[in-house]
Amino acid sequence: MLEIGTTHYLVVAAMLFIIGVIGVLTRRNVVIILMSIELILNAVNLNLVAFSRLYDLHGQVFAMFIVADAAAEAAVGLGILIAFFRNRETVNMDEVDLLRW
Amino acid sequence: MNPVATPFFFYLLSAIAVISALVVILKKNPVHSAMALIVTLLALAGLYLMLYAPFMAGVQIVVYAGGIMVLFLIVIMLVNLEEAELQDRFNKMWHVATAAGLALGGLLLFVYYRGARLFPDAGPALPENQNTQAVGIMLYRNYMLPFEIASILLLVAIVGAVVMAKKRV
Repeated sequence: MLEIGTTHYLVVAAMLFIIGVIGVLTRRNVVIILMSIELILNAVNLNLVAFSRLYDLHGQVFAMFIVADAAAEAAVGLGILIAFFRNRETVNMDEVDLLRW
Repeated sequence: MNPVATPFFFYLLSAIAVISALVVILKKNPVHSAMALIVTLLALAGLYLMLYAPFMAGVQIVVYAGGIMVLFLIVIMLVNLEEAELQDRFNKMWHVATAAGLALGGLLLFVYYRGARLFPDAGPALPENQNTQAVGIMLYRNYMLPFEIASILLLVAIVGAVVMAKKRV
């Protein structure tokens, strides 16, 4: 059977990344947009871990930092979402226009 | 010991990850999306195991599937989404956005296709029982300062989340 190389993992990560980008760009629900951002971060993590198989574990350490970053981003993003929902009673992204001139 | 049926499990886990990622962005109910995202994260943990990164797989399961997703579900519970479920899922520019995303995907695939031989296929992998020690040594020796800065980042995020979710500051 075909051997699985680094490129295979890169292609899977690219697919997840594109799905996440399309989710961020098309959905209206803020919660789903935050989930799509998590998908993007996970695609990057898969890339880093796949490359760290070639280069001495640096990628895995970076992937761990990205996990910490994702936790911080999710906490702050969901806090903003709750504050916005309290003011406007909606979770739709295209109704978030407080800063629009 | 040689791994068993590696290509089969790679394709199985990748298919699970990609299909449930599609479910995440296509479902109407956010709770279903969250469940599908958990499946994606677990499949990615399996892929990390296949890449000889067991500590990263454990972190993925504990922090992502166990921590961040619980946070998401709690917020879905707090925010009343029944009204949003009746409305349109996608915004007005969804076809342009999808085309742009697919164009970016085509670009990535083109680059990977042209540069496939730049990526060497297999490297010397540490045995599984030494991965955690090696990662720990690297984290506390080479990446000491970023590690401490990450703790400050998490502290700032905690304070920021509390301040933003409070009714009156």
